Formats: sequence, structure tokens, C-alpha cells
Amino acid sequence: MSAIVEKLNDETFVLNLGPQHPATHGVLRVKLRMDGEYIVEAEPVLGYIHRMHEKMGENRTWIQYLPNTARLDYLHALAFNHVYVNAVERAAGIEVPQRAEYIRVITAELNRISSHLVWFGAFIMDLGGFSPLLYAFDDREQILDLLEAITGSRLTYCYFRFGGVSCDIDDQFITGSRAFVKRMRERLDMYRNLVTNNIITIKRLEDVGPITAEMCRKYGATGPVARGSGINFDVRRHEPYSVYPEFDFDIPVYHECDNMARYMVRMDEMEQSLRIIEQALDKLPDGPYLLPKAPRIVKPAKGDFYQAVESARGSLGLRIVSDGSNNAYRLKWRSPTFSNLSLFGEACIGMLLPDALALMGTLDLVIPEIDR
Amino acid sequence: MTDYFKEIFYGLKSLLIGMGITIRYCFSPVVTVQYPHETLKMPARFKGHIELIPDEQTGTSKCIACGMCQRTCPSGCISVDGEKPEGAKTKMMTSFMLDYTKCSLCGLCVESCTFSAIRHSMRYNLAGTSKQAYIIDLKKRLEESKK
Amino acid sequence: METILHYINLVLHVEPLRLLLYLAGLIMFVAANAAYLVLLERKVAGHIQLRIGPKENGPFGLLQPLADGIKLMTKQLLTPSGIDPILFRIAPVMVMVPAIMSFVVIPFSDSIVARNMDIGLLVVLAFATINFLGLLLGAWGSRNKYAIMSAARVVSQNIAYEIPMLVTIVAIIMVSGSLNMHTIVSQQLGGFWQWNLLNIKASLLMPAAFLIMFICMLAETNRAPFDLVEAESELVAGPFIEYSSMGFGLFFMAEYSNIVIGACLATILFLGGWGCPFGILPGVHWFLIKIYLLIFMVVWIRWTFPRTTFYGLLNLSWKVLIPVSFVNLILTSAMLKVF
Repeated sequence: MSAIVEKLNDETFVLNLGPQHPATHGVLRVKLRMDGEYIVEAEPVLGYIHRMHEKMGENRTWIQYLPNTARLDYLHALAFNHVYVNAVERAAGIEVPQRAEYIRVITAELNRISSHLVWFGAFIMDLGGFSPLLYAFDDREQILDLLEAITGSRLTYCYFRFGGVSCDIDDQFITGSRAFVKRMRERLDMYRNLVTNNIITIKRLEDVGPITAEMCRKYGATGPVARGSGINFDVRRHEPYSVYPEFDFDIPVYHECDNMARYMVRMDEMEQSLRIIEQALDKLPDGPYLLPKAPRIVKPAKGDFYQAVESARGSLGLRIVSDGSNNAYRLKWRSPTFSNLSLFGEACIGMLLPDALALMGTLDLVIPEIDR
Repeated sequence: MTDYFKEIFYGLKSLLIGMGITIRYCFSPVVTVQYPHETLKMPARFKGHIELIPDEQTGTSKCIACGMCQRTCPSGCISVDGEKPEGAKTKMMTSFMLDYTKCSLCGLCVESCTFSAIRHSMRYNLAGTSKQAYIIDLKKRLEESKK
Repeated sequence: METILHYINLVLHVEPLRLLLYLAGLIMFVAANAAYLVLLERKVAGHIQLRIGPKENGPFGLLQPLADGIKLMTKQLLTPSGIDPILFRIAPVMVMVPAIMSFVVIPFSDSIVARNMDIGLLVVLAFATINFLGLLLGAWGSRNKYAIMSAARVVSQNIAYEIPMLVTIVAIIMVSGSLNMHTIVSQQLGGFWQWNLLNIKASLLMPAAFLIMFICMLAETNRAPFDLVEAESELVAGPFIEYSSMGFGLFFMAEYSNIVIGACLATILFLGGWGCPFGILPGVHWFLIKIYLLIFMVVWIRWTFPRTTFYGLLNLSWKVLIPVSFVNLILTSAMLKVF
């Protein structure tokens, strides 16, 4: 690495990509050392949107921290809700009614699809195609409408509660979700024809942006990034939580390690999420959606707890250390994008700028989640 | 050599399919709502800022200023004051201020209220020129809504 | 009425007056096109994306270009420190002027042409080359890293696409035996079976040649999917990154004028210019219909496809377009010799 830099020293220049750049989707800054359009060195610079969410967790009571969890990852907020309530419930020994678990799975999976749709649109926009973004947003709008009718919010959901969810789903939601599943299948076909099979997309994605399995292990990359490199790991399957073991779904794994593999993983995941939603709607049990005696004030037992869920971007972990009091002693997020971004510096060396930006697009970065 | 031509033909075909899709959308009806001219109806569970629920008989607030919402609120945007009139069993709420600039619309206050005295309003297109416009006196709002 | 027409006729026969009139007319044509093509683009983009596009200013948003123009003109003209002051200011003009100049030789119909030159085609192609020099200088003068990267792209992209375009045009010139655009069109009048597009007698590959010409036109005018120069998600805005106000406005107008020129060239060379596809009522209206259909295609393509990469673009040019256009050239000359 240093040898390349020394050799090229008087030919290279530094390019500050971001924090305001159309391709960085937020306030990520990447310090690039470029040789013409080739990248010699890349260093992501973080900290532009740090809000001390972890420290806030130490100051607020357990329930008061709930709204914060939705504000880390604005695309898959329910995964953050999920991991937080799961961790606290486990620590406090709260049993969750079956119906609530199913509702959690359905809404979280809907949210996962909406997250992937935003990624899809934004990624194609990184590649220079505009219309798929609007089509994806049209689909996402259906999900947001469904979730809005249930949770009352469209983006930063604060829906899950310790011992259940804040309100029950109704028939309208169930029929709406079934209609959405049907519609989404057709739309996925359309996306396949419009984007996936398009020769320009294929040329831009295939054999571009290699991320090897070894690199994923080195940096702790998870989720679609790892699955695109042939690592069969999905928290829903391998460290099951909630009622995921009851559903029949596949984990899409591709071994090509290129941009196309990661793209395909996400496209297939949408299909699998649709399957999960369908099954969950079929099996949805009756019963309370919230523990009748849901505790107002939660006081988890003393101890150290770790809970992981599969967010749209990978394995999302939360470690809580409780001293048995009203609020957490320490709260630590393990956010997937942080690890996924870490490998960018190594993966993009020697690539052209547009290809590197395509690679960055396939990492599906959500900056507020990295910085917290 | 055949691969070369195959790729050209595959490429052209894929491009034409793509163009077929977009032209079909070009002539299909639009899905957007022309906002200031048309508005959407908010769903029943829409979370606007909170408001006081009027009592069905008296039309006054059911709030007894227990302060539960104030304590639950993660952002500290609610401040309730109340006093006990002489001879009454419960406290009476005298002021209910909401600092909407801090509110994160989590809905914890509504859930924590044992007397069902607050709910989310349906207001969503709020605009103001100062921070003061969002420090809302909910008691006054309730009284005004009565008229 | 008779007398007015008579006077117009008189004026048109006084050469300097005629040229002035045509110049004014052409500038108006270019400006109106640039303004309303932006609206067309936004409208088509809107409908492709299932929305409406501009609609608030005037009926169907027809006054939107006016509002945009006023907005652009009232913006502050920023000149960042460290720029090359001469190049930075001269570049928008260098892009705009050739765009207008090219229209001088383009025959809109049998009689509507500012200057019917025997080397008309050559003039258009020569002016088209100055245009990218303007982009290069503007990008260089901006002293911005993104702009300089796009400057490098401008040059190699245009060189790569000039070759197949010229080779294709040479094949047409061989068929028609003239560089005069009026003559080229005159040979194609009568109906769509006379068009060079379907001139299979001259070369079997003529439809492919039209496709090459069209692709090259997209690339020459830096339109998607070849908008690598502007490449919003990579280079932010390419050469225009430091330009504001009318500096940017001129680049913008030139871009649309170049699209019109490209459509005009394709129409004249392949689609029979002002001739009617069915041989009735030839005239300027057919010419306009044809170029606007082509422009609609350009817009439609832009809102459908993602952008190619730089090597993808060069691969396409050197591996596909140039060989095919040379094959077409050889085939044309062979068939001309045989028949």
C-alpha cells in the first residue's frame, strides 16, 4: 500500500468526497487519494452526525430510550425497536404474547422491504438511473401507508413496547398487507426487467467491486454484504429470535463477491421477506397484543446482556449492562453499517471513482446509524 | 465471435424492454397527490402533537394534573400544573404546556395517561416563523375548540 | 396581405437583411427550444415517474421556463477564487456560439435555410467539435478537482464518438455524393422507402448505421446514458460545478441546442429531412415532427437507463460502434461499386 503511495506521490491528489456529495447519502466524508480517476487510498471520516445516543441511553429510563432507537437507522427503524425491546425483555424476564411476536415480525419485515426499496432506488440513482427511485418510492409508499395506519408514524416508528406492541393490527392492515405482497411480486418482476437484466446495469455491476469472504471476516461485515461474498450467515436463522424459526424462508447467498452478488442478495431478500409476511399473516394467532400487566417501569436484573437481530443492513447487536436501576448502566450498539463501511477503505483501492461509488452503494450506508 | 453478437443483441433487447416499461408508465395515471390542492386524510392513529380530550359532559379536560405524562416524556416537553380547589377530591389542571419543538411523537405520554385525558391530534401541516409558535398551550386550545 | 407578403419577399432578397432576419429567427428558435425542451424533459420525466412535473406556472406549467429563466438571471454570478478568469468566462460563450452557428446551414425545409452551403455538413461537424473544447476549458478554468476529472472525460469521450459518427456520415456522403444538406435531403424525398434509413440498396447495414449515429449523438451531447461528463452522482456537476447564474444557464441552453442539432442531423441524413413519409405535403412541419420525435426518444432514454461507466463507454465505441461503422462504410462502397 505505502509503496504505491510513494511511487505515485507527486502524481496523486486528495479528493474530499463529502460530507456534502450526492453519492454519500448523508454526511459521510471519504478522504480519497486519487491517481487520475483511480483511487489509491480511501479513508472514511465519520463524526458529522454524532448525537450521543449511547450516552442518552444511560440517562433515560428504559422506556424513555425507546424513541431513540428509531432514530438511529431511519430506514429500518423497527429492527432497532426490536433489538432493544428484545434485549430488555430478556433482561427483565418479560414474556411476550405470541400475537405480539407475530405482529413484530410482520411489521419488521415490511420495514425491511421498505428499507431495501430505498436502497434499491438510491443505488440505481448512484448508477445514474432516476426513474427506478420513484418506482421504488411508490412501492415504499404502500408500506408506509400500512405502517402509518398501525403505528401512527411513517419513518421513525416507536411501536414495540416491553411485553408487546403499542397497538393491535386490524383487518384493514391484514388485507392491505396481502394486497401489497401480491403487488410487490409483480413489481419485483418489473424491476428485474427494467434494471437487473439491463445490459448497462450488468456491465456496471458484474465483476466490479470485489469483497472477499476473508475481507468480510476481517472487518466484521454482516448482512447482504457478507452473504454476497458467500458467507451464509443470517441472524434470523443462525441465532434465532422472536418467532422466526416458525417460518420457512431461504437465505439468499451468492458467491460471486461482486456488486451484482450484493445487489441480487437484496433483491432476493425482498422476495423472502414477502414469504415471511405471508406465512405470518396466515398463522397470526389470537390473543393479547400487549401483556395485560405490562410493566410501566421496567427494572431489568443486574447483568450484562447482548441481543442481535438481522437488520436490513446486517447483524445489529445491542449490549446492555444493567445495574438493576431505572436506567442502563451502559448501552452499546453494534451497528452493521459501521463494520460494512470499514472495509470500504481496503476494497476500493485501485478502483475507478464511479465503480468505487457503486461499491459504496452496495454497502447500503445509513450514516446516522454509523455515527449514532 | 458469436458471443460478441449475442451480447450486442442481448444488450439491445434488454434496452428495448426497459424502454417499453418506462413508456408504459409514461402513459399510465400518476400516483402522486397534488398537495396544496388535494390532501390526504390522516389515519385514525396518526400521531400529531398531543391535545387534551374534552369530557363528553362538561367539555372540560379530564386531566387531573397527576404529572404522569410529564415524568414519562423522554424529551421533557410537557409541563403540567394543577391545584386542588377547596372541597374537591382531585386536583384540577391549571396549565398544560407542550413544547412541540422537542417532541419526538413517541406516544408514551398518551399510553401512560391513566385518565385518557390526552390523545394525538390530527394536525400535520404546521408552519411557524418562531419557536414560540410551537410552545402550545393545550388548555387554551381545548377552550378555543369548544367555541 | 398580398402587399405584406410582397414586402417580406423583397426584404428576403436583400442579402444582409435576410441574414439578419435569419440570425434573429435562429437565436429565437434556439432559445425557445432550450427553454421548452427543459419543460418537455421535466414533463416526460414526471410522467415516466408517475408524477405530473411542473404544473403551477401557467396552464400545464407552460410558463415554467420563463420562471426558470428569470431565476437563473437574477442569481449572483459567482467567480470562485483561484480560477482562470478568462477561460472561466469565455467557456460558456464558446459552448453556446457554435451551437447557434450550426443552425445557419441546417435546411428546415426546401426554402427555409439561412445559408445553403455546399460544405454545410462539414460546417456542422466542425462547430460540433468546438463545443466540447468549451466544456474542457470551462472545466479546466474552474480549478475544481471534479471539474478537471470531467474535463479529461469530455475529451476522450468526444474523440471516441467522433470517429464512428464521422465514418457513418462518410457512408451517407458516399451514397448521396454531396456535402450539401439540401441535396442530401432532396435525394430522399418521396416517401419513407426513399430514406437513407431504409436505403438497403446502398448498404444492408443502413438501419444499424442510423442506430450508431443516434448513439453517437447521445454521447456527443453528453446525454444519459453517456452523461459521464456531468455525472451527478460521481462528479456532482462536472464542468458546471463552479458556474452559477447565466454562466450555468448558457451551458444548459447549449446542451439542449446540441440535442436539437443532433436530431436535425439525424433527420437530414437518415429520415428524409422535410419530406413526408407518405409523399404528401412536404414541408417544415415534417422536419419539426421528426426532430421532436427524436428528441423525445433522447429524453425517454435518459429517464430509463442508468449511466455507463467510462470504460464501458469506450468499449462500446471501440469494440462495437467503430467496427460496425467501418463494415458499413466498406459495404456501402462495395455495393455502390457493384450496382
